[in-house]
Amino acid sequence: MKPFVKTVSIITPLDKVNVDTDQIIPKQFLKLIQKSGFGKFLFFNWRYDENEQLKPDFVLNDSKYSNSEILVAGDNFGCGSSREHAVWALQDYGFKVIIAPSFADIFFSNCFKNGILPISLEQSMVEKLQSVSTNVEVDLENQTIKFNDELVSFNIDPHKKKILLEGLDDIAQTNHYEEKISEFEKNSKIPSVL
Amino acid sequence: MGKTLFEKIWDSHTVVENHSSPSLLYIDRHLIHEVTSPQAFEGLRMNNRKVRRPDLTIATMDHNVPTNDRKLPILDETSAIQIKTLEKNCNDFGIKLFGMDSPNQGIVHVIGPQLGITLPGTTIVCGDSHTSTHGAFGALAFGIGTSEVEHVLATQTLWLQQPKSFEIRVEGKRANPFAVTAKDIILSIIKHIGTGGGTGTVIEYRGEGISDLSMEQRMTICNMSIEAGARAGLIAPDEKTFEYLRNREYTPKNFESLVDFWKDDLKTDTDSKFSKQFILKANEIAPQVSWGTNPGMTCDVTENVPSPDDFSKGDANQKKGAEKALEYMDLESGTPIQEIKIDRVFIGSCTNARLEDLIEASKVVKGNKVSQNVRAMVVPGSQLVKKQAEELGLDKIFIDANFEWREAGCSMCLGMNPDILSPGERCASTSNRNFEGRQGNGGRTHLVSPVMAAAAAIYGHFVDVRKLSLN
Repeated sequence: MKPFVKTVSIITPLDKVNVDTDQIIPKQFLKLIQKSGFGKFLFFNWRYDENEQLKPDFVLNDSKYSNSEILVAGDNFGCGSSREHAVWALQDYGFKVIIAPSFADIFFSNCFKNGILPISLEQSMVEKLQSVSTNVEVDLENQTIKFNDELVSFNIDPHKKKILLEGLDDIAQTNHYEEKISEFEKNSKIPSVL
Repeated sequence: MGKTLFEKIWDSHTVVENHSSPSLLYIDRHLIHEVTSPQAFEGLRMNNRKVRRPDLTIATMDHNVPTNDRKLPILDETSAIQIKTLEKNCNDFGIKLFGMDSPNQGIVHVIGPQLGITLPGTTIVCGDSHTSTHGAFGALAFGIGTSEVEHVLATQTLWLQQPKSFEIRVEGKRANPFAVTAKDIILSIIKHIGTGGGTGTVIEYRGEGISDLSMEQRMTICNMSIEAGARAGLIAPDEKTFEYLRNREYTPKNFESLVDFWKDDLKTDTDSKFSKQFILKANEIAPQVSWGTNPGMTCDVTENVPSPDDFSKGDANQKKGAEKALEYMDLESGTPIQEIKIDRVFIGSCTNARLEDLIEASKVVKGNKVSQNVRAMVVPGSQLVKKQAEELGLDKIFIDANFEWREAGCSMCLGMNPDILSPGERCASTSNRNFEGRQGNGGRTHLVSPVMAAAAAIYGHFVDVRKLSLN
């Protein structure tokens, strides 16, 4: 996994609550068997009209946001389906940081597996950020967001922080606990399926 | 201090225990399907890794299988590739697959319990958010992403921050158990606590209104825990649970000795503490109909479509959400729910496509015809459910009424197969999500129970099933 350390970018404000993973990546694009190439389908039904032309009024289609790496959205972002394709689409499109007042649990955990940093901030701070039009710096090492003259700090679990900063392979990490896993299996009462 | 049921299952599965950071949890059952697994197997191959416990892993295909004649080739090339890929992966890694021609094929959350693979006190994961369904058996069951699928395949464990315990208590019995179903209970709960109300928690459903339910009804409740944002939902096992699992095809040989252990162990201690609580009275619940674009946007069948102001209770963002929802759903505030006309009816999905759901719906359908302007279909949750329903003659009841009677799969719950709504079509659906475009781009979904969906099919609009006289 690619590490995430820091980004400086303008913010894409997505002024919607309860953005579900069906909106982030509609089901017709879940049939691919690889992880790449989902970016062009991100927010498909909001981005394109019935003739697959870009809808001018959707924020991602405004050229001033085309290089943005930070998405700031409303409450309960990523609810619904567990599809990791949603995170693959955001990442492939170019987003590295997603800020919202809250995230759905599975989506939140999927982000860390793909080098995306999800940050929960208070509603009022999220709204403030949505109106910032200059560059914003998100620094994971120091857990800070810098914009204009303001410096805001955010929380992150130290284990997850380390995984993102170093781009660690989760499975390789877990394999260090091989002995404990085997021990657990030896004592388990639960029989095999077959 | 005592422990909640969830805390007991959690504690008995921690391989590495941490408190402020994620613990390493052992997984007893891993269910696989075609959509969220290909990239996981690819990851294993790239790193030359094996599946650690193929004997704890079971696969089926459900999300994009066609529900017409199984002998026909799959026309959608990408679906066909995904299905072939699952066959190859199961073959290469030694995983038991209930494939397209298996009598056990079906929606993964329907076949797990009906085969006796789902067991109380176990941890169960699947790359699908509705894995919470299995919680009905007193299991800790939850959906995971594809990277986590890969992690479980390789290590049979998962890193997880311990969620909090949330008690939802349904007191008393329903006044009319035929018309007010488990679906109405869970929709009513989500309406009250909201789609984010359970975030960061595992819900335990308790009270007479829950223990009163059959196993299949309990599955409907736990299934939609994710729609309230919860990581999982569970119900303490009782005699009904054990009886349901006895003598299934994959029920373990030492089942009775496990039952003895489960009976003692799998319940919330009286001196334990939940971090959150919500109480609902069963006899106050009416049949529910969703009017908006998330499951929290739901009201009683006797009510009118609310105004964004009434719905949002002063929250500006929720108000905006409701306005957008009404626009998408093409509904006016104040319209009586029972005047909303529908074009399609879908009885199916991991929420409501078990035998009991089909039996109950057939009671409404029997001797009637689907309204002329409505196209209605029944998609049994598994091939076994289909067979059992046919043995009871339910297929004939539905077909005589002009319902389509299909093969098993997820079908129009998420429209990955050819069963989809056309833009603008309005559907009474027994599924779990009314998100924009979920059942087809531009399609409009109203979530209801199987009996409410059946009645809507006959009348062409929503009706209060409490008022129906049955043939």
